[in-house]
Amino acid sequence: MSIDLSHDELLRYSRHLILPDVELEGQKRIRNARVLLIGAGGLGSPTALYLAAAGVGTLGIVDFDTVDLSNLQRQVLHGTSDVGRPKIDSARDRIVDLNPHVIVETHRVQLTSANALEILGAYDIIVDGTDNFPTRYLVNDACVMLGKPNVYGSIFRFEGQASVFSSGDGPCYRCLFPHPPPPGLVPSCAEGGVLGVLPGLVGTIQATETLKLILGIGDTLAGRLLLIDTLGMRFHTVKVPRDPKCPACGTREITELVDYEAFCGMPGGTMAKDETFGEITPRDLAKRLAAHEDFTLLDVREPYEWKLGRIEGARLVPLGTLEDEIPKLDASREIVVYCRSGKRSETAARQLAAAGLRATNVVGGILRWSDEVDPSIPKY
Amino acid sequence: MAVSVVLPRALLTYSRGSSTLQLETRCTTVADALAELGRRWPAVLDRVVTEQGDVREHVNIFVGEESIRFASGLATPLHDGDTIMIVAAVSGG
Repeated sequence: MSIDLSHDELLRYSRHLILPDVELEGQKRIRNARVLLIGAGGLGSPTALYLAAAGVGTLGIVDFDTVDLSNLQRQVLHGTSDVGRPKIDSARDRIVDLNPHVIVETHRVQLTSANALEILGAYDIIVDGTDNFPTRYLVNDACVMLGKPNVYGSIFRFEGQASVFSSGDGPCYRCLFPHPPPPGLVPSCAEGGVLGVLPGLVGTIQATETLKLILGIGDTLAGRLLLIDTLGMRFHTVKVPRDPKCPACGTREITELVDYEAFCGMPGGTMAKDETFGEITPRDLAKRLAAHEDFTLLDVREPYEWKLGRIEGARLVPLGTLEDEIPKLDASREIVVYCRSGKRSETAARQLAAAGLRATNVVGGILRWSDEVDPSIPKY
Repeated sequence: MAVSVVLPRALLTYSRGSSTLQLETRCTTVADALAELGRRWPAVLDRVVTEQGDVREHVNIFVGEESIRFASGLATPLHDGDTIMIVAAVSGG
């Protein structure tokens, strides 16, 4: 085989070239690979850095977000000077600086049923680093339809999960989790927090699996789920068989991409929005508080968030304890609920409404309160 | 007969911070173990099974490495020293 790596590349990849099972042939495979990262956040950051360093020829990145200061505790692809920039721009700059031989293809779009097959179809391997259930099911179904491996990672607080789906005869994400949790039952990292180093651990596992798939070496996590518990520092693997009844990869009932927001029961999807509770903006809430109107104001965040700052006059009832609190609430009064961003309090408002109470959700939560009413409340 | 049940940390709010439950009582099936789990921490069980008593579809229960969905479901037998792991879907990235 002829050598067509430049002198610079031979030196850069020398530790791969002397590595049995990689060598020159493997390095060429890595260079010819096209890998798509869905999300340039916590998981996408280490994955992008290590795949770029390893010499993956083309890295596609799908991300719609801009860099926020609260991202930098874990999203090591971006720096302080990048705050406010589109993540795909700071990602490209960092990757090109790390390895100019990598071609970075950026997709500043929200991945949807309308564009997923076209975007994913142009790559060999898909790395799922998204932060929400609808996109995870969308990525899974698109990967199954296209026959592309889906390198999966997911994190929450101190725990992570990793696997390889839709690879060869292996299972897909739906074989493991046929349905998403009901909305509000499983909090996101924005609501529940995440140890900053955890996506580093899980993302580098995703990068490792991606390189093994490119090189065709080792045993990938296909058919297994790796469970990582950083507090106990325990790694477990459990078996994930392919489910013959799986509508995606088993019976193949799913022949087109659907509305995944609706599938996950999220507001904004085509499923009817629960209109049994009201909404209020922070500005209007401030006016009603100033007028001493009669209502109960509940903060449904966790105690450590309450300590960071709160709306005067509120009482702390963390979402997990709301159910026990409901019978003690004065049913004749309107209950106004808020949280950090308005998501948990929306769940709370729905829960209160279901219990027959008059509930109102503060849209945008304390973040918007800080923007529009009281900037002395810190954002986090 | 002793088995242990390992919970995902997302459920620790409902188990007063304990991540592992040791069951010394006689549990011959996963259903027995879940019933005992429900006696200790009813709010944890609510998040693992539906009101109809089925395992929620975003939750997997493993005995050792094996998923009970691909064994005998809640009737999957338990043996002394088994570890039951409850694994819930998480979406963070």
